[in-house]
Amino acid sequence: MTLANEIILPSRAGWRPRFGLHRVLFHVAAVLVALLFLAPIAVVVLASFRPSSEAGLPPLPPWPTGGFSLDSYARLEAFGAGILHHAGNSLFVALGTAAITVVVSLLAGYGFSRFHFPLKGTLFVLILATMMIPFQSILTPLFLILARLGLQNTLTGLILIYVTLQLPFSVFMMRNAFDTVPKEIEEAARLDGATGLRLLAHIMSPIVFPGMVSVGLFAFLNAWNEFLAALVLLTDQDKFTLPVLMTAVRSGHYGSVDWGAVQAGVTVMMIPCLLLFLLLQRYYIRGLTAGSVK
Amino acid sequence: MSITLKSEADVRSVGVPRRRRRRHDLAALLYVAPAIMFVLVFFLLPLGMTVWMSLHNWPLIGRPRWIGFANYNALWRDHGFWNALAFTGRYTVAATIGLLAVGLALALFVEKPRPLVGLYRTVFFLPVVIGFASASLLWAWLSSVDAGLFSPLAEQLGLTNGRINLLATFDPAFWSVTVMVIWKMAGFYMIILMSGLQAIPADYHEAARIDGANFWQRFRFITLPLIRRPLALASILCVSGSMLAFDQFYIILAGGPQNQTITAVYWIFNQSFVSFRLGYGSALSVVLLGILMVLSALQLRLFGDREPPR
Repeated sequence: MTLANEIILPSRAGWRPRFGLHRVLFHVAAVLVALLFLAPIAVVVLASFRPSSEAGLPPLPPWPTGGFSLDSYARLEAFGAGILHHAGNSLFVALGTAAITVVVSLLAGYGFSRFHFPLKGTLFVLILATMMIPFQSILTPLFLILARLGLQNTLTGLILIYVTLQLPFSVFMMRNAFDTVPKEIEEAARLDGATGLRLLAHIMSPIVFPGMVSVGLFAFLNAWNEFLAALVLLTDQDKFTLPVLMTAVRSGHYGSVDWGAVQAGVTVMMIPCLLLFLLLQRYYIRGLTAGSVK
Repeated sequence: MSITLKSEADVRSVGVPRRRRRRHDLAALLYVAPAIMFVLVFFLLPLGMTVWMSLHNWPLIGRPRWIGFANYNALWRDHGFWNALAFTGRYTVAATIGLLAVGLALALFVEKPRPLVGLYRTVFFLPVVIGFASASLLWAWLSSVDAGLFSPLAEQLGLTNGRINLLATFDPAFWSVTVMVIWKMAGFYMIILMSGLQAIPADYHEAARIDGANFWQRFRFITLPLIRRPLALASILCVSGSMLAFDQFYIILAGGPQNQTITAVYWIFNQSFVSFRLGYGSALSVVLLGILMVLSALQLRLFGDREPPR
């Protein structure tokens, strides 16, 4: 793609400078559209810092007029087992999903890329097929299987399901990552006496590290944000992840909703995603194009 | 997709002595075993169980009873399900048209390399990375009549006489959710379609321009045919995603007003996990799954991919 851009650039650069007004209009329009996309996020973050007295009022203006305050965040502590506890649940699920997904898909990607074994094609298609069937349609049996395994209403059970949902994309991604590594590197390492898992851990992993970051990033974000499976599989309020807790907050008590708490909760849920994306954007887009366009 | 292509490793291992290859085969199975285990236990088994359960009366507590196709017979007369499906279809049409149109417009807008264009792309993409639940909660607040943004803002600007409760009647509630989804997901389709646009050689547009083709003609006869594959992909992702919509309607509208915005997955959720009719819920899932597959196949047909399979 970069190559294509480089080829396109000179011919277009030739006629562009003549359209100065054109360029100004482009940037004006782009900034307006960008503001439209940013506004909801900015409004909720700003509004979450308003004091209790303002929290129930429309966000006009969105920023705190009566002074910056953490009231809304403090009030979140009263819901469930406290916002920190539930943020911890979400973090545990997201990190657990990311870690297991990375390890499992690293192993599988290596296996599918480097070895020949019976039923290889069938097994690979089987893993990819998971993508074709929406998990919403197999939620009921998943519920029963987790119960049979003694994992109903546990964060561990949720992690196992999230890992399965991530596998088709992740294994595909890692297989491709290993496919691009020259065979000679492996052979040289083998001559030096590195074999099996040690070869994979010390020699190969650093080379396919970008792929691992993409895989881990997607696993983390998807697990952090997932709602339906968490809603169905977690029945004990103590175990709720942030989306499930915040939905309960939004339902309110006796018809009145603490919108300030909702704003604070939404901010807590959004910020890690936005930060991770901005920090690791390169890996995110790489995963997106590899996962969808191929 | 290049699943059927043999990797280089396959080709090279031909020359390796037989005994060493055998040993490698076993090791390789160990490498892929964890992934296979996950897929067997948490995908293939539940998929089979869904079909099996759909043939039973399966309460949460107590013994399941084999009832053959009775669930499927009952399903024919289940107006709630067909209404939910009709609503889901209506939403899917609105969301897909909206998302592809906005996504394509954004893609055309930021496709060319210019100063700052990367920043604009990033901003348009930001809502994609926040979850559906977060976006829905955010929208539930923005759309609320007392503490929200939309109605009070419209009132202050003098657009409406008094505050209108957006979530109280079907049309504004439906459009509020649809606008939220377009806001949240347009950036995703922008990226997919942009990669298609950038793959079009610049000469094609140059040549057409020289021949006197205007913007619309170039778009209609060069751009659209050449981004057919990414467009098909975007459309399939969008339709199957929208047909499975749940979070936004559950969180923002709770199926209201008057249960008019219950989607198919929402109906299945209610049957399975509110009424605990697990067998019946499974039958509904099987039907929904069938509908999704037919829709994907139809779209592949529609976009007529005549390139030979690679």
